[in-house]
Order: sequence, then structure tokens, then C-alpha cells
Amino acid sequence: MSGAESVADGRSGEADIDRTPVPDADVCVVGAGPAGALVADRLAGDRDVVVLDAGPRFDPADRLARQERAIRPSYGRPDVWGVGGARDVYETAGDRSYPLNHARVKGVGGSTLHWQGMVMRLHEDDFNSASERGVGADWPIEYADLRPYYAEAEKELGVAGASDNPYAPPREEPHPMPAFEPSYSDSLFAEACEELGIDMHSVPNARNSEPYEGRSPCVGYGTCQPVCPSGAKYDATVHIERAEEKGATVVDRAPVERLEHDGDDRVTAAVYATPDGERHRQAADAFVVAAGGVETPRLLLLSASDRYPDGLANGSGHVGEFFMDHLFAGAGGTLDEETRQNHVGFYTSACDQFYDEADETQAPFKLEFFNYAGPSPVETALTGDDWGDALLDRLRDGYGNHVAMGGLVEQLPDAESRVTLADDRTDDRGNPVPRVEWSVGDRALDTIERANEIQVDILEELGADVEWVAGPDATGPAYHHMGTTRMSDDPDSGVVDADCRTHDLDNCWIASSSVFPTSGAMNPTLTIAALALRVADDVDARLSET
Amino acid sequence: MELTRRDAAAALAAVGATGGVALGVRRAADEGSGGEGAEDGDAGPAWDGDGPPDDEAVRTAMTAVARTVYPEAVSGIDAFVEAFLGGRLDGSTHGEGIRAAVAEVESAARSWYDAPVADLAPADRDALLRELGADVAEENPDGTTAERVRYYVVNELLLALYASPTGGELVGIENPQGYAGGAESYQRGPR
Repeated sequence: MSGAESVADGRSGEADIDRTPVPDADVCVVGAGPAGALVADRLAGDRDVVVLDAGPRFDPADRLARQERAIRPSYGRPDVWGVGGARDVYETAGDRSYPLNHARVKGVGGSTLHWQGMVMRLHEDDFNSASERGVGADWPIEYADLRPYYAEAEKELGVAGASDNPYAPPREEPHPMPAFEPSYSDSLFAEACEELGIDMHSVPNARNSEPYEGRSPCVGYGTCQPVCPSGAKYDATVHIERAEEKGATVVDRAPVERLEHDGDDRVTAAVYATPDGERHRQAADAFVVAAGGVETPRLLLLSASDRYPDGLANGSGHVGEFFMDHLFAGAGGTLDEETRQNHVGFYTSACDQFYDEADETQAPFKLEFFNYAGPSPVETALTGDDWGDALLDRLRDGYGNHVAMGGLVEQLPDAESRVTLADDRTDDRGNPVPRVEWSVGDRALDTIERANEIQVDILEELGADVEWVAGPDATGPAYHHMGTTRMSDDPDSGVVDADCRTHDLDNCWIASSSVFPTSGAMNPTLTIAALALRVADDVDARLSET
Repeated sequence: MELTRRDAAAALAAVGATGGVALGVRRAADEGSGGEGAEDGDAGPAWDGDGPPDDEAVRTAMTAVARTVYPEAVSGIDAFVEAFLGGRLDGSTHGEGIRAAVAEVESAARSWYDAPVADLAPADRDALLRELGADVAEENPDGTTAERVRYYVVNELLLALYASPTGGELVGIENPQGYAGGAESYQRGPR
């Protein structure tokens, strides 16, 4: 069946699917995004694993129809993967509005279904921000602790990269696939950067530059974000399918509403709803919450009990606090020559040269050289009041000579930037919805200006007519939810310990960017994946002890 | 610049439809009985304007509209539109949406111009679409007549054209969004 409106989004039918609890489960994973999928795959086979996800299992055959949604103007970004409605109500408050439903996908695969697929390692100093930069919080682990897991995560996801980045942290082996070649647009930037003494280098992509483990290489659909029809871009359905092949049970449309515990500080069951209106209790020996940086704290807060009146695992009082995202800094314009944009939806060159200049006043930041500056002709063609030759003239005038740079900037953890439960708004099952209060401090805003200065310098050296700058007033989030169940050795200062196990409950782990104490400025998913693999090992080891 | 079957296949692939094989059979059977001659209206639809249009009537009307909304520079419109619709008129919600929107365009053409859309002069086809409001409407599959004509007729055709390699090349991009044109073109400089 074709057509963007033919996609059902998995919210109806499927009456014959068994969504009842799995007896004698060893491990219950909440969330089928990248963290949950990797944990499940790592443990399945040796352990009885069940994964519960709030959203549907999407039909791979619908991906091209979703691509049509991505191109057609009548569909917004949340429509591509069926986000929104009563299930996904939220509140936003604080300094800046937060577009939560643009920033997530609920369902098997999670937000990797719509992500861009950029996968960098954090830098060594990112783990020691307080010690090395004088601000933020140190992680209780070092880069060296995560380094072998980073290498494993790169193999699991399938990362195309090269070792030409002099500013990247040390690595011991090549990436699993060669990096994507630089774009023609990169070659234009390279001349300008050379004049300015600015280094360009490749960028690691979780996207196949060649066939990888049965998945297609990139074929250039150009709609990576929000959907890759070819499967060349990694998404977590890869590991969900592997886990199921090993015997794991994955239950979709099964939102977990609360975690129950016993008197011995152990989680006993995940209570979840099913489309038929029933409630079920999934018991297990160990629980891994992997529901992202917003739904993870929400679930803990929804699980308040007489023993834990402020929410489960919240003895520190920090559940939901320190909500962070990366801030976008960008600039763009036009040249008097062709720049060949919008052939692909990912970028191939970056600059990390300024990243480790970070200190108390300047945040770490990275720069990106876009391959998708300016309008996409096919999207432009579907708007406007002209057609025929007039439309073609407009498309030709609008396409061909744009250039743009982006960048991500770290924001510091701030307890006032937080996720709580809304006072009087509930979702489709009557549970309080998340309330996101997002605030950004001066260090990040000042750093955006610094990034803009460099971007404009490069564009002007290139000879561009700079037409827009996304500075402190126009910045927005990169849709990386971090910090809301922070990691710390001190039970009073964090929600989870260095193993990502909750301080308060012995058999409950959190696998998510929600454990990041300080975020750095690198896209978080490779670190999420590395932590998830590490969590799986810890769960396995502790189950073996009992 | 001629639109080819490869363009139609690419456009169909961009939206998740197939249908070229069945269409090829139909085309072979029809060879010489219509084709470009339809531009002059001498192979007009057998459909008489009552009830939902059949596939042939939809193809005829959409091809006529394509001659208005496509630029002069393209040729091969008949085969391209026919091939594209071969994959879209597949019994899906979308296919029936096209059929219903075409019925409304035809109804307006017959009421206001006393002729099916395929028989209208180019200026009258352009005027018809604008009088329907399809030029200023934002596409919406569940909207007003203007919004549905924009979605299922005008933008359907524009999406097919500009997601195809030939349509992209008209603008200067041989690998437009939606077309799986490989991971090499972004590396190449201007030609």
C-alpha cells in the first residue's frame, strides 16, 4: 500500500498479540530504544529477557510512506513516526519552551528511528569537568573505563569513521567501516579553513559506508533525519531483532506505569498497560530502565510509594533534576557558485579543534560542515502558489549555492532545569504527564556566540554572503535528553552509582543519557550504547552472584 | 528533458509503491491507441462523469493536469504519469483519495467549462485549478476541496516529478531527496 496517509502507526488492531507477562523472567528492560535493545541483546540467550515498550512495533514496509511524510508539507516531524496525541501529552515551562514531541519517537527502535546517526566518543575531560574545567560535575568513571565499551559499541552499531581527527580521544583500533568520503561542499570549506588555520576532519557516522552485517550501504535517499528507508542508518530494531532471535520477548504498546518494590529495596515488578485496557505485572530478578532522559525520571516519580514518597530511587532528591540538552549554534549563506547540497542527509566533515579549550567560562563545542544547506527542491516544490515554468524558475533560484555550518554546545547541569510531573494534566491512561523546565546558563550562551564568530569567519573567508546566524537568541535543542538521573558515587549527590545501578534499589539499573552528570558537546548515543553494554555486563555479573 | 520509466520507477520508490510490471503489460496492450494523442482530446475518457472515475479516467485527467503543472522543458509526460499512477492506484487509502480528488476536478471542469479536463485548452486548465483554489491552498488529505486537490492532484504530480532524477536535474540536483541515487553524487562537483 502506498501513500503517506496509509500508515496506521500501529495504534489499532493487533488483538491477537500476546502481551501477557513472561513467567520466570530474569531481566525486565523498560524501553526498546538503543540502550534497552543493546542490553537485551547482550543478555538474551543466557538470560530470560523481556522488553516492554510504550510505543508500537513499526512495520518496516512503511518506511517509504514515512519518507513521503517527511517530504510532504502537511505532515509535521512528529507525524512521521506517529508521536503526539493523548499518549504523548507534556507540559513545558521555564526559560525556554521545549518541543518534546519533536525530540523523541516512542516505539520499538526508539529515537534512533529518527536520529541523524552521528556517533562520537566523549573527550577525556568531559568525564572530569569539575576537576579539569572548574564547572559541572565529574563522572565517577573515566574515559578509560568506557574506552573498551566504546570500541564494542562502534562494532555493534556499525560506525563508519577514520582516525584523522587529531582532537579525538585515544582509540586503539580503526572504526568498523571506512569513513564516508568528504563532500564537494567540504572541499570548498577546506580551502577557507586552511587559510584560517582551522582543521577539518572526518566524522563518525552510524551509517553504513559499505554493506555491514546484512544491512545495506547508504543509497542516498537524503532523508536520514527523520527516516532511513534503506536501513543503512543504524537503528535499535537491529538489536531488538537479534535479541528476539536469541529468545528475548519484546512487548510493544506496553507502557510501564510504575515499578513496584518489596521491603528489601528490590524492584519486584513493572506494572504495564496493554491496548485492551488491561494492566499486567512483569516480575523479574533485575530491572533495567532505558526509557530516555524524560520518561525515565517520569517513571521513577510515578512509582512513588509509602517507603519512597518522593519517587523510586530518589533518596537523593535529584530524580528529574539537571535536565540538559545540547545547544545548536549555526550560520549560513550563499556563494556565487554551485555547492551541491541536499544529495545526502548527513555531514561528512567536522572540526573539534576548539572543543578542549573549555574552561569555567567557555563550554566545549564542536563544529559541523553541512551537506544539506538551503532548501530541498522537492520539498519546496510542494509549497507556493505557482507551477509549471514559474515553479521551476523559483526552484532554480532557491537551490544550488547555499552553504551552512552547525555546531553543538554543552550546557551545564542545573538543578532548576528539570523534569517533574505535571500537577493536573494526565495522559491517555490517567497518569501525570512530564513537565519539562528547560533553562540554559550564560556559559552556554556565550559559547554559542564564540562558535558563531568562528562560523562567520569561515563563511566570510569562503566568500559567502552570510544570511543567517543561529546565535543565543535563536538557538534550540539538539534533542539529546540528558542528566535527569545523574551518576555519582555519593548516594546524596546522584541517582545511580558508577555501574548505573540505582543507589536505593539493589536490582535496578538505568541505561540512558539520563545518567550523564555533565554532558560534553558530543552527540550522546555512542556513549549511551557503551554504557548500556557496561550495564548488561554488570547485570549479568550480579545475577551470577545470586 | 524527457521523463523516462526510470524516473517513474524512482518516483514510485520514493513513496513506497510499485506497479510498473502490471503497467507495462497494460501499456503494451494499449500501444498506438492513445499516448500523446490524448493531448488533443481525441482519446478522451470513456468515463461519463458520473460516479467515481475509473483508472483510465484518473490517468487521463492527471496527465492533463501534469501538462499544466509541469514545466515546458519536460517531455514524456504521458508515460511517466501513467507509470507513476500504476503504483499509486493500488486500492490504498491514498489511491482512493486521488480518485475522489480527480472526480472533483472533473466535476468542476464539466460544470464551469462544459468539458472534461483533458479537453480544456492549456489556459483553461490552469484557470480551472486556480478557480478551485489549488494554487493557494496548503495540501491536506482531509481538508477542503482545494486542499485535497492540492494534496492528491497537484502535489502528487509535483512530488513524482521532483523526486525523480530527471525532475531533480531540471533544478540542478540529480539525486533529489526521496530518490535512492547513491552515495557518490554528493562528492562530485558541478558538471
